[in-house]
Amino acid sequence: MDGDMSNLLIRNGRVIDPSQGMDKSADVLIENGRVAAIGNGLTAPNGKTIDATGQIVCPGLIDIHVHLREPGNEDAETIASGSAAAAAGGFTSIACMPNTQPALDNEAMVEFVFRQAARAGLCNVYPIGAITKRREGKELAEMGQMVRAGAVGFSDDGAGVADPAVMLRALQYAKMFDRPIIQHCEDASLAEGGAMNAGPTALRLGLPGIPAMAEEMMIQRDLLLAANTQARYHVAHISTAGAVQMVREGKRRKIQVTTEVCPHHLLLTDDCCDTYDTNYKMNPPLRSEADVEACIAGVADGTIDCLVTDHAPHDRARKELDFQNAPFGIVGLEVALGLFVKALVTPGHLDWPGLIARMTVNPARVLGLAKGTLGVGSDGDVTIIDPNRSWTVDPTEFRSLSRNCPYEGWELRGRAMQTVVGGRVVFDLATAAPPVAVA
Amino acid sequence: MSGPTNPVLDAKRLVAEAHSAPGGPGVWPHRNLLSLESLSADDIRLVLDTALAFEDVSTRSVKKVPALRGRVVVNLFYEDSTRTKTSFTLAAQRLSADIIDFSEKTSSSNKGESLRDTVRNIEAMGVDIIVVRHPAAGAPHLIARNVKCCVINAGDGRHEHPTQGLLDLYTMRQAKGRIAGLKVAIVGDVVNSRVARSNLHGLLKLGAEVTFVGPTTLVPRAFESMGARLCHDFDAVIDQFDVINMLRIQKERVSSNVFPSLQEYSRLFGLTNERMRRAKPDVLVMHPGPINRGVEMSGDVADGQKSAVLKQVTNGLAVRMAVMFLCKQASENS
Repeated sequence: MDGDMSNLLIRNGRVIDPSQGMDKSADVLIENGRVAAIGNGLTAPNGKTIDATGQIVCPGLIDIHVHLREPGNEDAETIASGSAAAAAGGFTSIACMPNTQPALDNEAMVEFVFRQAARAGLCNVYPIGAITKRREGKELAEMGQMVRAGAVGFSDDGAGVADPAVMLRALQYAKMFDRPIIQHCEDASLAEGGAMNAGPTALRLGLPGIPAMAEEMMIQRDLLLAANTQARYHVAHISTAGAVQMVREGKRRKIQVTTEVCPHHLLLTDDCCDTYDTNYKMNPPLRSEADVEACIAGVADGTIDCLVTDHAPHDRARKELDFQNAPFGIVGLEVALGLFVKALVTPGHLDWPGLIARMTVNPARVLGLAKGTLGVGSDGDVTIIDPNRSWTVDPTEFRSLSRNCPYEGWELRGRAMQTVVGGRVVFDLATAAPPVAVA
Repeated sequence: MSGPTNPVLDAKRLVAEAHSAPGGPGVWPHRNLLSLESLSADDIRLVLDTALAFEDVSTRSVKKVPALRGRVVVNLFYEDSTRTKTSFTLAAQRLSADIIDFSEKTSSSNKGESLRDTVRNIEAMGVDIIVVRHPAAGAPHLIARNVKCCVINAGDGRHEHPTQGLLDLYTMRQAKGRIAGLKVAIVGDVVNSRVARSNLHGLLKLGAEVTFVGPTTLVPRAFESMGARLCHDFDAVIDQFDVINMLRIQKERVSSNVFPSLQEYSRLFGLTNERMRRAKPDVLVMHPGPINRGVEMSGDVADGQKSAVLKQVTNGLAVRMAVMFLCKQASENS
């Protein structure tokens, strides 16, 4: 990497660090990979200097819901390509879901993820282990050994843990390690065969539906279990008005529940499926207008703690199947920041500190990461954002190996200009090499 | 000119008239027929009028016109459907097209994996029209995005079956002289029926009133948002309809708990002689076939005076000729 890695001075930016309630014009000095000082008139005699005038300087963004497809489907994404996509989107830390092939359900695979991420050297990658062996929902995976290897939470994402007794045990057991159980909330029998949100559009298109009830029923059950065990329970990719209300109520009752939402559940509705374009097929599915409004309100009032992408790369051949048979999911790392600005900041639901809190300190707390802060002595992970930068989404420019993205041609405002991990600039928009062309 | 009418000239004249009529429908603009939802009322009328021009081809001694001579039609059927496939085959032959079958059953292992490749291969052989039947809703749309030739939807999952909808409209107009103002019941497994959806769109566009009749598990409330009236008590409304279109009941539905038994279904929603006595005297009874006699409809009713079931089959030919003719014309004009 270029220059002196030990010193980096980011001058004259608007420093927003919600972990310290900070929002002021200042310089940020990073020495030996750690935040050394925040103040005015700082100097870095031997280091690199970035002029951040007119830009936001904040703790590196964190996305705790990402699919990296390695091992098993390296045509769609690898830990290296996903890391590059993350860096280009302003993320310094990501947590990857265990629905790889084979599933990430043991210590050796946790170590594999760390090793591949270190080899790529672009951002911090934290593995989320499977709750159950092979994600089958039957026997608990070796959570304790995975925690020792560095797993930050547990999830069978892609499927919910259907059996209430298994879920109860998982919550009880994970509590021992103070790690969250991250549930993909979907009752399999109600959602069986579904391809999009159950509702008038699905009925008209003749596509089988996934009802909001399927999500809400599992959250309702899990909240009982979480209350009983006092374990940490995190609702993955929340998408319905009823679900938001249940989490709000759960928090009021002091249950240790947290949740997250994706850009598409704040910006798109199920009528987007009208042309059978599989880039609008995701799970949870795009919901109704009322659900979108409820999710936005949930972000605004703090019911929804974190903003995530559910980055779900799929290679072209699979995403080009017919709607019913195509896989769920879209890529998100390289567009998320601009999309969240569009959904939340531009319409006035959140200010910049509010947005950044939900992309830094909040997700760090959910997974217990020593990240998401610019406190002196913390890791020198920083994202420099130009809040006024207008740009057009062009999937051919993605670092991700996949192109399944419904936002092609969207005009967005706000973009990561530089991404700094441990004091090292891992992405710089001004000098970024063009991505490797993908057919 | 005297002598027998020339249906091709008639059809071409209809297209030309539609094109030039002030404030008229304009030329048929569709290279593909994917759904009735995407057609305008004028589009639908033009198909029905064109079908009328083709109707008598079937009754001549030489059952052929040269409208699509030298053109190639492919029947791409991923589901068994002897009737629909035969109807398209005959329709294409009467237009003098060459027609070949390309039938594939989707196995669970390849789940449509190669659909895009398959149709691009077919097109590369110089095909003009692909007629597709597929178990997945939206499959014809996927095909249409990947080829330049005409694509005609012969039924996609639970979504639409536009040529069935058109031949049903044609049959109703033939029997009743109009569509506007008709009260039409569509009875049975509506939620799983592509025929019901195509009928609904077509009938509403032409000004009919549509009531979906069936158990609450098969006639969900959300259909109201598409403009249908809903009813779960057949006996309460049976005397109100000009047309009763009965849908086929899949016997496998019992296992998915949408109704407890075929017998109970038949008691509540079957079209029996007894119910027919309370229907309007001039009611027209329709069914897309094949009929489960004794389940959705008694044999007597199916074969009775008021049944248009065989007429529907006959009309299917003329309607499919019209659709292939119009789509091919549109693709050649564009």
